Amino acid sequence: MRKQEPKVRAKNFKEVALGYTEEEALEEASRCLTCPKPQCVTGCPVGVPIPEFIKCIKEKKYAEGIATIKTKNALPAVCGRVCPQESQCQSKCVVGKMGDPISIGRLERFLADWERDNGFQLPPKPEPTGKKVAVIGAGPAGLTVAADLVKRGHEVTQFEALHVGGGVLSYGIPEFRLPKAIVQNEVNYVQKLGVELRLGNLIGRTHTIPELMKEGGYDAVFIGSGAGLPQFTGCPGENLGGVYSANEFLIRVNLMKAFAFPDYDTPIRIGKHVVVIGGGNVAMDCARCSMRLGAEVCLVYRRSRDELPARHEEIENAEEEGLVCKFLAAPLEFIGNERGWVKAMKCICMELTEPDARGRRGVKTIPGSEFTMDVDTVIIAIGQTPNPIIGRTTEGLVSDPKRGTICVDEVGKSSLDGVYAGGDVATGAATVISAMGAGKRAAQAMHEYLTNKK
Amino acid sequence: MVTKKTLSYKETLFEVEAPDIAAKAQAGQFIIVVPHEKGERIPLTICGYDTQKGTVSFAFHEVGKTTKELGCYNEGDCLLNVTGPLGNPSEIKKYGKVLCVGGSIMIAPIILQIKAMKEAGNHVTTVLGARIKEAMILEKEARELSDEVYVATDDGSYGYKGLDFLKELLEKEKFDRCVVMGPVVMMRDVSEITKPYGIPTIITLTPVMIDGMGMCGVCRVTVGGKMLFGCVDGPEFDGHLTDFEELIQRQRQMLPEERLSSLVWETSGGCKCGRNKA
Repeated sequence: MRKQEPKVRAKNFKEVALGYTEEEALEEASRCLTCPKPQCVTGCPVGVPIPEFIKCIKEKKYAEGIATIKTKNALPAVCGRVCPQESQCQSKCVVGKMGDPISIGRLERFLADWERDNGFQLPPKPEPTGKKVAVIGAGPAGLTVAADLVKRGHEVTQFEALHVGGGVLSYGIPEFRLPKAIVQNEVNYVQKLGVELRLGNLIGRTHTIPELMKEGGYDAVFIGSGAGLPQFTGCPGENLGGVYSANEFLIRVNLMKAFAFPDYDTPIRIGKHVVVIGGGNVAMDCARCSMRLGAEVCLVYRRSRDELPARHEEIENAEEEGLVCKFLAAPLEFIGNERGWVKAMKCICMELTEPDARGRRGVKTIPGSEFTMDVDTVIIAIGQTPNPIIGRTTEGLVSDPKRGTICVDEVGKSSLDGVYAGGDVATGAATVISAMGAGKRAAQAMHEYLTNKK
Repeated sequence: MVTKKTLSYKETLFEVEAPDIAAKAQAGQFIIVVPHEKGERIPLTICGYDTQKGTVSFAFHEVGKTTKELGCYNEGDCLLNVTGPLGNPSEIKKYGKVLCVGGSIMIAPIILQIKAMKEAGNHVTTVLGARIKEAMILEKEARELSDEVYVATDDGSYGYKGLDFLKELLEKEKFDRCVVMGPVVMMRDVSEITKPYGIPTIITLTPVMIDGMGMCGVCRVTVGGKMLFGCVDGPEFDGHLTDFEELIQRQRQMLPEERLSSLVWETSGGCKCGRNKA
């Protein structure tokens, strides 16, 4: 797929991957074998009928193609861009056994973008069931549940704490990977299906779950509030100026558009030498945003390159754009200048230990290997845990005391009758598509619950 | 926005329609205001609420671009978004004798605190502090609600000069709880004054925040050696355990950017009402 040149794109916030032209999409689709027992579908957490939609592309029936995807996936423009296809659908592709697998994600994106240019087609309105559902959070999990349940005739209200919908798609994933106009478009689509979206409504504060069920008259609740509480390293000096959590940094840059400051009112202060601590997709996003804001960026990760949890495509993109990595190192202390701003970071080298019983290699520090780096901005991207507010304000809702996640069964049912949860709030930080998969399963279970409820 | 009240030259009180928030608001909590699409998310302490009318009020001092801009809004204007009530409500109960200290714009929310403390059956002594005489706000309201009121200004142009008189007051009278809302430096000074007397002292932080609901971590503060978040763990903290020096440094983090934003706005004409033209 065509991309912006690394040197050019490393200086702007425009989308990196440019998408297929019609000719490219047709050529790629023609490679699909339309297997009778498609393996790709087994690799998709939401079960998109992949061969069917690719067949539609082959026949240039684009409207039918996008409708086919949307029977299972309400957010194709998002999934076509940010799903880790290489480890899901595409990893199972039969064509891939012999060469490059079919670029399923890019074809999905092609159809979603085609629809955006050519207008939505809404499915027929279902018969109302008279049941009311509250969905907490307008991120990937919540949007999926809301879309699935409204299509089955339930009345759905979605409560979002921020002032825009989209959740992590809006505040977390940068513009150059997932343009916000596309996120907004997907959020609007879910509203057009009939979902009411209430912004600026923090459940646990504005309303609690017991209030929604007792006074609000909601028959069931889905919690898809994500994992937004940042984790810190615990190293001394972490509260110095210039030390950001990944969330703070990404919220400033993506949601509040600090890259366009002072046209937008929220600023971001970034130095010349930025260090990002971590190795996941969030760390890559922070690093690439920093480069676009004009900094030289070094990623500090405590394991080796092979263990980087980020998507390969994103690591490659970041390295092409100029990212430098320091592997097998971890921070020990942040050192500030006289004005309380970070100026250096003391680190220690790590080594990988032998694999344990589960085959996972641990890390240990190498005594005496301390070194110091000059830095003026640090971004800590070592993970997030769920926000504690809902847990604290919902009596009887069982959560994991260590990880802060809400305990649910395989379909998302929590310890409270009629209350379901899914996505990062139940699993800890994971991917967009796994949250959508959890949303799909929960929606099915909630539909059964609502249908059986008198 | 339902009503606008000018408290002093740079201080304004707004009452906005937000029934969901009004129904839940309690003293000590705050809201996040987003004025418009390109605007910041700013935290403002709740100064009052009316469940019947479905309104909440907040006050602000014009310092940066956003507050100057807000000062140009009028009755009938709309804000993009108001989220709340956020943060934990104050612990209001009968303590006995309560000392309420409000400084600068935070006098507005301390009025709500005084009211709540009175309703809980406390004897309330209020101290109001301002930079200069002209900046003293809501004195009449404080006098109506409190048992005793002392006023002080930084320059001594009205009432006592500075807060040193508090020491004499504490020598004379015994207080069971002290609540301070004001600039960080003032909350630090009051906490230092009350510490030797062993008076539990509660400060209200309005640190820099973005989301205000536990996501960004910018409002982190060290209390008793532990890292806490102003938004979800606060906004009230023990003044005797708070690391004020760190807090003051963190407050100043984006000062140059804030000044730039303000300057750009003013030189490009400010708002249409012309109040803030350079």
